[in-house]
Amino acid sequence: MSESKSMNMIGALNQALDLYLERETNAVILGEDVGHFGGVFRVTAGLQEKYGVERVMDAPLAEAGIAGMAVGMALGGLEPIIEIQFADFIFPAIDQIVNELAKYRYRSGAQYAPKVVVRTPYGGGIRGGHYHSQSPEAHFVHTPGLRVVFPSNPYMAKGLLLAALECPDPVIFFEPKRIYRASQGDVPLEYYTVPLDRAWTMRHGEDATLVAWGAMVPICLEAAALAEGEGYDIEVIDLASLAPYDSATVERSVTRTGRLLVVHEAPQTCGFGAELVAGVQDVVFPYLEAPLRRLGGFDTPFPYTLESHYMPSADRILFELRELIDY
Amino acid sequence: MSGSADTASVGATKAEFPEVPFAILNADGSCDPEYRELIDDADVVRVLQTLWLNRVIDQRFLKLQRQGRLGFYMTSTGEEATTIGAAYCLRDDDPIFLTYRELGALLWRGVPLEMLMNQLIGNGQDVNKGRQMPIHFCFRDWAVPSISSPVGTQLPHACGFGYASRLRGTAQVPLAFLGEGTASQGDFHTALNFAGVFRTPCVFVIRNNGYAISTPESQQTASESLAIRASGYGFPGIRIDGNDFLAVINAMGQAVERARGGGGPTLVEALTYRIGAHSTADDPSVYRSADEPERWRALDPLERLTAHARWRGLFSEEDERAWRESCEARISALVTACEAWPPPPLETLFQDVLRDPGLQLRRQRDRYLAYLRVREPDAHEVP
Ligand SMILES: Cc1ncc(C[n+]2csc(CCOP(=O)(O)OP(=O)(O)O)c2C)c(N)n1
Repeated sequence: MSESKSMNMIGALNQALDLYLERETNAVILGEDVGHFGGVFRVTAGLQEKYGVERVMDAPLAEAGIAGMAVGMALGGLEPIIEIQFADFIFPAIDQIVNELAKYRYRSGAQYAPKVVVRTPYGGGIRGGHYHSQSPEAHFVHTPGLRVVFPSNPYMAKGLLLAALECPDPVIFFEPKRIYRASQGDVPLEYYTVPLDRAWTMRHGEDATLVAWGAMVPICLEAAALAEGEGYDIEVIDLASLAPYDSATVERSVTRTGRLLVVHEAPQTCGFGAELVAGVQDVVFPYLEAPLRRLGGFDTPFPYTLESHYMPSADRILFELRELIDY
Repeated sequence: MSGSADTASVGATKAEFPEVPFAILNADGSCDPEYRELIDDADVVRVLQTLWLNRVIDQRFLKLQRQGRLGFYMTSTGEEATTIGAAYCLRDDDPIFLTYRELGALLWRGVPLEMLMNQLIGNGQDVNKGRQMPIHFCFRDWAVPSISSPVGTQLPHACGFGYASRLRGTAQVPLAFLGEGTASQGDFHTALNFAGVFRTPCVFVIRNNGYAISTPESQQTASESLAIRASGYGFPGIRIDGNDFLAVINAMGQAVERARGGGGPTLVEALTYRIGAHSTADDPSVYRSADEPERWRALDPLERLTAHARWRGLFSEEDERAWRESCEARISALVTACEAWPPPPLETLFQDVLRDPGLQLRRQRDRYLAYLRVREPDAHEVP
């Protein structure tokens, strides 16, 4: 057994970046305040000191420039890892990500395949209002040519980030900032990867299946624990990768439980939950005991004062589960 | 930061913009008699009072945030000569496109303190219905459009508003602020290009306060001036001492007049310094030495305008103390009053997305209310 240490998600991500920069000399980090300062969430702390200003670069304040420069760096043989300070600020870069990064491999007949990892903290629960709370994953899942990955705890964070860094495809890596520090766990100190595009059963159960990703995974586990108190046996799946996604694991589970609730923070309409229920229903339809259901954010901008009403909570998940089980 | 050239106009723009001095106030508070008329005695006092009010509010809300009574706060300490001075030169109906660091402009415009505080606290009295983080103000009645967090998005808006103003003949001149970091954004360049092409009446003011969070100006641009960029877009750019209130109103006054008279846009780069942290989430000790802000305190716009007032025989130490105390008392009373208001009613969560909520949102709302009825039968009135 290799050595491991208890750490939070920031520490785990920092380790992944450190190990990768050490191993792959073409890897570079580019982003706002990521260098000397180590990032506003400190995920890149110490890396500029260790790898120098040429490889860990403070960018001018321009996301389109960061993403576009990264595409060019990748075309030129580097492996850029960019940080978009908050997922809400990825939108100025959307043209470079959606029209360039995502389509380069396809449109060039795979002559060029720029590989960029876009790390970005996302999600609510930090009193961040409209622009420090959004979960914009659906935009990117809806863009063929990108992988979309979400860690839900420190172990997954390190392993998934290293896998994303090794992966030849562009990856949008959404980091759940609300649990950056709150999520604590044992993480091996060595280099390891957690495979992309597979889902993880975090808890086994027979009565219903909860599917979530990122910061909603611990909330679903909490809901499952509450449900246990009421005599329900809930399965919880961490989807981890949304594009491509492991529908097979979800289908196997729902075939057994007959019930599915997908939970996410992003607005419900056209959120990834819509895809998931549509994507599995063909297979699971004959086994269903209740309608496939989603619990997402409301179809509103992310609020400030009334934030607690907006975020799916363990208690609301339980409310939905009860209805599905009594259906 | 460099930039103590004796004249502020740069490059090819000199011909279009009158020569304006980089700075006007002398170290002892005096100024050349020709500039004394820029502002009368009564206004000097009013501006100083506004500056003090700004400081008192900043200090108080910083404290409230530390006490956990406020989600977040950002101060503008050290930059008030620019924020108040720019607003000083406007007509009351000239829109001000703000970022999060120009409280002084709102105070000068006369937005009632209570309205500012309701927004900061995010209570049910907030005209924005508690929807945005603190400092993301919007007060239509005071010609203050809504502040957004994504930096730079307001700049093309100012250009568009200016175009509308000309076409509709309202003669309004939009003012847009930005930080020097934001001058790296595409929206900045787009806004300047459009403003140049359409010759829109508007004024862009860069608060060059040295830092964008941790990133120093030297890492935003390889150019020695931001003002010079305007000449690439075909209109004048000028650079001034942003901590010198008289230099600010001298340059801004001419820029606004020029815009109102059909002369087109101007870019003003005001050199200043962010004395405080970027925000309550920031720790500047990681990226700058403690004595750097101390050095800038010597150029504090409050001190400099106070020295000027004293030179004119205004705003004695006694006046200052009395005013400060009255600000403290006023803010204390208002904070107590504003904190007592309940949060916005739950139904506001579902309003104003479109004019009326669509079917999906109505169903989501109804389902959530059904949940609340089960969980907390008495807690919420059902709309
Ligand atoms: C598009 C976008 N990217 C990143 C951020 C995060 N952010 C908030 S303020 C800021 C620095 C802005 O610096 P500057 O424009 O110089 O203004 P200052 O804060 O110094 O007043 C950054 C990077 C943001 N708000 N918007």
